[in-house]
Formats: sequence, C-alpha cells, structure tokens
Amino acid sequence: MSDATAPRRIRMTVIGPILALVLLVVAGALMNPNFLGWDNVTNVLARSAFIGIIAVGMTFVITAGGLDLSVGSMAAFIAGLMILVMNSLVPSMGVGIPVILVGMAVALLAGLAAGLLNGILITRLGIEAFIVTLGSMGIYRSLVTWLADGGTLSLDFALRSLYQPVYYGGIFGITWPIIVFAVVVVIGEIVMRSTAFGRHCAAIGSNEQVAKYSSVRVDRVRLTTYAALGLLVGLATIMYVPRLGSASSATGMLWELEAIAAVIIGGTVLKGGFGRVWGTVIGVLILTLIGNLLNLTDFVSPYLNGAIQGAIIVLAVVLQREGKAR
Amino acid sequence: MSVLALKNVSRSFGPIEVLHGVDIALRPGRVHALIGENGAGKSTTMKILAGYQPPSSGQVLLDGRPVGFASMGQAEAQGISMIHQEFNLAEQLTVEQNIFLGRELKRGPFLDKPAMRARTRDLLDRLECRVAPDRVVSTLSNSDKQMVEIAKALLRDTRVLVMDEPTAVLTRAETAILLRQVRALREAGTAVLFTSHKLDEVEAIADDLTIMRDGRVVWTGEAAAMDQHAMANAMVGREMSDLFPAKVSTPGEVALQVANLTVPGFSRDIGFTLRRGEVLGVAGLIGSGRTETFEGLCGLRPATGDVRIFGQPARIDHPWQAQSLGLCYLTEDRKTRGLLLGKGLRENLTLQALSKFSRGLLDTGAEERALDRAIADFDIRGHRGALVGNLSGGNQQKLLFAKTMLADPQIVVIDEPTRGIDIGTKQQMYVLIRRLAAEGRAIVVISSEMQEVIGLADRILVMRHGRITGELGADATEDAIVKLAMGVATEREPA
Ligand SMILES: Nc1ncnc2c1ncn2[C@@H]1O[C@H](COP(=O)(O)OP(=O)(O)OP(=O)(O)O)[C@@H](O)[C@H]1O
Ligand SMILES: [Mg+2]
Repeated sequence: MSDATAPRRIRMTVIGPILALVLLVVAGALMNPNFLGWDNVTNVLARSAFIGIIAVGMTFVITAGGLDLSVGSMAAFIAGLMILVMNSLVPSMGVGIPVILVGMAVALLAGLAAGLLNGILITRLGIEAFIVTLGSMGIYRSLVTWLADGGTLSLDFALRSLYQPVYYGGIFGITWPIIVFAVVVVIGEIVMRSTAFGRHCAAIGSNEQVAKYSSVRVDRVRLTTYAALGLLVGLATIMYVPRLGSASSATGMLWELEAIAAVIIGGTVLKGGFGRVWGTVIGVLILTLIGNLLNLTDFVSPYLNGAIQGAIIVLAVVLQREGKAR
Repeated sequence: MSVLALKNVSRSFGPIEVLHGVDIALRPGRVHALIGENGAGKSTTMKILAGYQPPSSGQVLLDGRPVGFASMGQAEAQGISMIHQEFNLAEQLTVEQNIFLGRELKRGPFLDKPAMRARTRDLLDRLECRVAPDRVVSTLSNSDKQMVEIAKALLRDTRVLVMDEPTAVLTRAETAILLRQVRALREAGTAVLFTSHKLDEVEAIADDLTIMRDGRVVWTGEAAAMDQHAMANAMVGREMSDLFPAKVSTPGEVALQVANLTVPGFSRDIGFTLRRGEVLGVAGLIGSGRTETFEGLCGLRPATGDVRIFGQPARIDHPWQAQSLGLCYLTEDRKTRGLLLGKGLRENLTLQALSKFSRGLLDTGAEERALDRAIADFDIRGHRGALVGNLSGGNQQKLLFAKTMLADPQIVVIDEPTRGIDIGTKQQMYVLIRRLAAEGRAIVVISSEMQEVIGLADRILVMRHGRITGELGADATEDAIVKLAMGVATEREPA
C-alpha cells in the first residue's frame, strides 16, 4: 500500500518535466552556440504556439476525463473553410482588413461549432469520446480534402501579404503567435487553478459519480471543455493560416497526437482528475525542442524525431507512475 | 500459545505516527475482537498482521517466530487471509471468477469450470447467499459483495482470518449467518480477528477483546469481562451517556410534499409529507428500494411524481436542481459516490458548494477557514494534508456530512448516516442531526439499523418491495417495524 501524502506525490511529478526541459536546453546550448540565440528561441516558441494553444484546451478536456482526437483535422478543415470564405469575399469586399476579420470570425465560429458538436454527441448521446472524435477526425479530414479537391487551397495572393504580419509580425520583437499563446496559457492556468470550473473538471475526471452526487453540472462542464477546445483550435488556425497561406489534406496532420502528448508529458493524468496548464506548456516546449535540436545538430538524423518524441512520452508516463510513490 | 501476534509495533505514515507500540496476540480456535474509535488504528493494525503493510518498528510473530512478510502472497501462503474494510473485488468479473481469482482450478492447461462452479455454489450455500455464480460482481448489492468476499476467504485454508468491519454493510439476518460461519471456523481451530462498531455483535461472539484508542492498546483481555457499556466507555475514554439525544421537535411549515413518486424498477406510488423541524425515519430491508426512491426524488435517477417544496411544485431532473431548491441527498456510498478519494480534504469539503467560495476566482483562504470550521464542528480527525482515501472510514463519513451541510440545504436526506462509525461519533452524529432539525431544517434518515430509526425519528415510514407499507410514530417498537418490513402486517394501505 502507498503511504503517499499529497505533497510527496506532487513533488515528483512536478520536478520531472522541468528537469527534462532544463536538460534539453543545456544539451542544446552545449551542442550549438546559436541555440540560445534570440532568433532560435523565438522560432521555437512560435512553432510551439499552434500545438500549444490547442494543448491548453486539451488539458481541460483530458482533466475532465475526456479526449479529443479530432483537433488536427478540425484545424485543417477550419483553415480550408477560412481560405474559401476569404477568397470568395475578395470580389465583393476587395482586399482589406474587413475580409480578414470576417475570416477570423469564421474560424472561431467554426471551431466553436465543431467543439460543441463533439461535446453534444459525447454528453447528450453518451457516446465514448474516443469514438466520437475518431469519427469527426475522419470527417473533417475528408471534408478538407474535398474542399481542396484533393489538392491545395491557396489564399488570394494580395490578401496573403496583408495577413502575413499576424504570423511574422509582433511587438518588441515578439511575434503574435507567441503573444497569443502566452495569453492563452495565463488564462488557462488561472481557470484551471483558481476557478470553480477548473475544480469541477478535476472532480469529474477523478470520479464522475461523486461529481454528480455533489450537484456538479457534469454534462455542462464537459460540454464546455470541448467547446473551449474547439474555439482554441479556431484561434490556432487563425495564427497558422498566414504562415503558409494555404491549406491541404496534410494540414494539421498528427497535431492531435502532439497536443495529447504535450499534455501527458506535462503531468496531466490521462485518465483525468488532475491537470495543470503550465505543465502542458513545458510538454509542448520539450516536444518542439527535440525537433529543433535534431535540426541544429547532426549527431542524430532529424528523421528520428518521431522516435525520440515517442520514447519521451513513454518515459514521462513511467515517471508519473513512479511519482505516485509505491 | 498465539499463532499470530504483534509485539511493540509502531507504524508511521510520513512524519505521522499512527500506531504506538501495539501488542496483540491471536490464539487458535478463538475469536478476537478489536474495537476502537474511528482512526484509532484498527485497520492499520490488521493490515500489518495480515502482511499488507510492514510495521515501522516492532515485530510480527508467526508461531512465536518473527517474520517479515515481503508480500501479501507470503502471508497468504502461511494461511492468513484478510477481508478489507473496502471491497477488494474485480467488479467486471463474475462471482465465481472472483472467488477463484489467482487460484483457478485447472484440468491440464484448461480451466476446470464445472469444478469451480460447484465449489462456488457450495461456498455460497454455506453462507446462505442466493447469488448465481455467473453474476457479474458489479451488479451485486453491497451485502452480496461482502458475502463473496467472505466466500473468497473461506476457500483458502485459513489458520488466521482477519476481517475489517465485515458486518458494516450486512443486514441483521446476514450478520447472523456470518457469525454462524465464524463459530464454525472457531470450532475448526481458526484464529479469527474482527472489528465492528456494533458492540452487541462483539459481546455475542468475541472470546478475546482488545480495545484501542489513538493508536494505543488501552485494554486487552477476556471479552466476558466487559459489557457493552464498559466497552463504549473504554473506547471513547469517558463515561458515555445516552446514545440518543432527546427529541424536542416543533414541526413547522410543510417543507416537502411527495405524491405518486415512482422510480421505475425500484419503487411505486410513494407519498409522504415532511415538515420543518421533523426527522422522518425510513426503515426497510436492504433491497426495499429506499435509497433508489430518494435518489429518484433528488434527481439522481429517472423518476416521476408530484413533488412540492415549500408549497411550490418542483421539477427535479438533476441533483443540482434539487440543491438549488434546498434539497440535498447524502449518499450511503461514501467511497464511490460521496468523496474524491484521491483529493485532499479541502477540495472535497467545498465541492458541493463551490459557488459560495467563488467570485470569479476561488477564495482558497475562505475554503481553508471552512475546513477549520468543519474539522471543529464535525470533529474530523486525521492529518489535514492527507488524501481523503487515507482517512479512516468514520472520518470520511464525517467529512461527507460536513460537505453536504456546507451547501446549507433546508431539506436533507441522509442515507445510512452512521455506517462504519464508532459509538462515540454516532452519538455526536445523532446530536448533530437533531440540532439540524431544531434549527428548522427538514430531515429524512434512511437507516437499516432499527435502533437508530427508533431513537432518532419523530415518525417512521417502513418500505417493502418499493412501497410504503406503513407509518409509525416515535414510540414504534422494533417488532412493529420488522412486521411491516417483512410484510406480516399492514397498518396503512399503500398510498
Ligand atoms: N496510507 C495512509 N497514509 C496516511 N495516513 C494513514 C494511512 N492509512 C491510515 N492513515 C491514518 O492512520 C490512522 C488510523 O487509521 P485506521 O484506518 O487504522 O483507523 P481505524 O481504526 O480502522 O478507523 P475506522 O473505524 O474509521 O475504520 C488515521 O488517522 C488515518 O488517517
Ligand atoms: Mg478501519
């Protein structure tokens, strides 16, 4: 039997991810002097932003005992939809900020709607989250392929240069994706840690029955986690589209797995019941840094990126179990 | 000569020592009762005896020789079995699979299912338990689960059987069956150790008795030397007065009016009225649909019927709707429905009334103060930073009580308020329940302990097969309740 008291259990799982991140940074700095340079750091953060924004939402879903496999294809579908809508508005509204604003609104609304749909199917019809989101993952992926007619949807060229600063621009040398990511993280951390909603998510994830018997509005809380995740996918897509200015059936491929992996590496329990947003941020950074390191150094082929990430995920879960002190 | 004994055993969890130099000796062919208040260290002592936990210091003696059980498998191989306070069954497996888990009978490489089935039937017959061996355990009632646990222990050739509150979830009749089995084991030379908060059982069956308080043995000797009153006094360390407080009730306005309440599959046409300041007892056998009826009333399961709360028609489909109308249900099942075992005291305490602590953001300071108050008001003992799963059973029950009352319900349904609670705490609970009534709340107490219903309630409803078979006054006798519960007499036609 365990003699774990709360503090000890948390201490182990807290230190694990931070330690891993520090190790990676030290290793990186030793291997390549450019690693800690401003350019590389902002590059890493910007790349983390898309998965990161989604992973913050995923943290809530998983903490409340759910799962969402559809976020990657959802992002692709939203990107495709956004581009189509904006392109079709150019003849009537001309090239200008309003078109982009409409595109952004479409992205957020589509994300919200997609998240609500997942959530309603899961809470109202009582279908397993895994099944529902596996289904919607396939549906969105195929919809974007269909919208693009098997090829690539490209944003109107003039519009693209107008939109590009949203990805490449920023203030004080910090680009918008990083700023948005940071804001999302801060809000997410506060919501998880010090609101009734965050507490309810953890309660539902630890024991749905207990939550129900404690008058928690279980279905509404769970629905909200999926809706919020959908909204965040929309937000991530808004930041992502100006980067390439296009969407295809390969957009957002495997984002769901990276987001889930980041959440788990960060110390959120896959079964639900305990989650932390700042851990997720560390998880995302770890995943991005591995890729970045492999690109900057030539000890290991970058093609082995996936293998190393995979090993780290398994290791993180093993450490979590140890952390629960047997 | 003792078969299994502890010598000067202490045990700490982290920095906190919960057992201080405990000595206890089990002798073959004798039933040894271990009693004490909630959190006194009974379960911990038993787990150390049965090899589930190592002592921090001191010795475990088997046949007089010190042993260190590295695992429970080793203790089991020495013929020591333990039935835990919490169920230890694989919920998704059948009764038969559970009983033979880890010791399946085989013929060649294959499972010998007919033989296992026959042995299972045989064991269950001995326990007069009419459950089919192929039933999935998750569908069983609590008392049947307990019987399966006992059957599992009987299957093993046990020299020492350790039972932690085996009768807490059993009815009287089932308890009688269990005690008969215990006597048979005693005849066969088994050493039996058990705990119970029901002192009449202890008096009836124990040969030896050990009483613990705050992690120490305060009395040990022949059970015959102590009567129930003396046991209670030694447990709590003070002179126990009357168990039940005086019933001073001045019924006020009608709080709850129920008519034609039907919970499909469990109960039909339930009707009653409840006033402020009243304690309404609900008696009946396990399986009579009491819990389900009131869960239905509180929106925890589908139900139909006319419910009025303070005169207003109420539609309740969800527990949060009930709570917003001032009606709360306190579950009988604290482990799986009442508390988050993996979380701390504070998170559990405030879960049901979290909006009180939230103005946008949660006010942790206010939560801590609420915990201070709950610990004082409900006399919750245990390490403040502990996980709730590590609290002793009785202290979990007190926390559950505190949690529900934090939502400040005007009408409270309390299902089995004192299951697994020591006699001193029971007295505190009864005082508390009466105090809530005196404050003008309306209270329903569902209980399988007839003494409790009689001692506590102003009026008593008796249920049988999902219907109310009668209503009795505060002067009801046990006999009258039993008759209604068994369907021997009908004092009031079902509404
Ligand atoms: N794993 C654990 N970690 C921390 N504290 C523990 C653990 N297990 C037990 N305790 C503490 O040890 C003390 C004794 O607990 P124990 O369960 O032995 O009491 P008990 O006499 O069986 O009570 P009850 O009658 O309520 O079942 C309690 O204060 C409890 O909180
Ligand atoms: Mg105990």
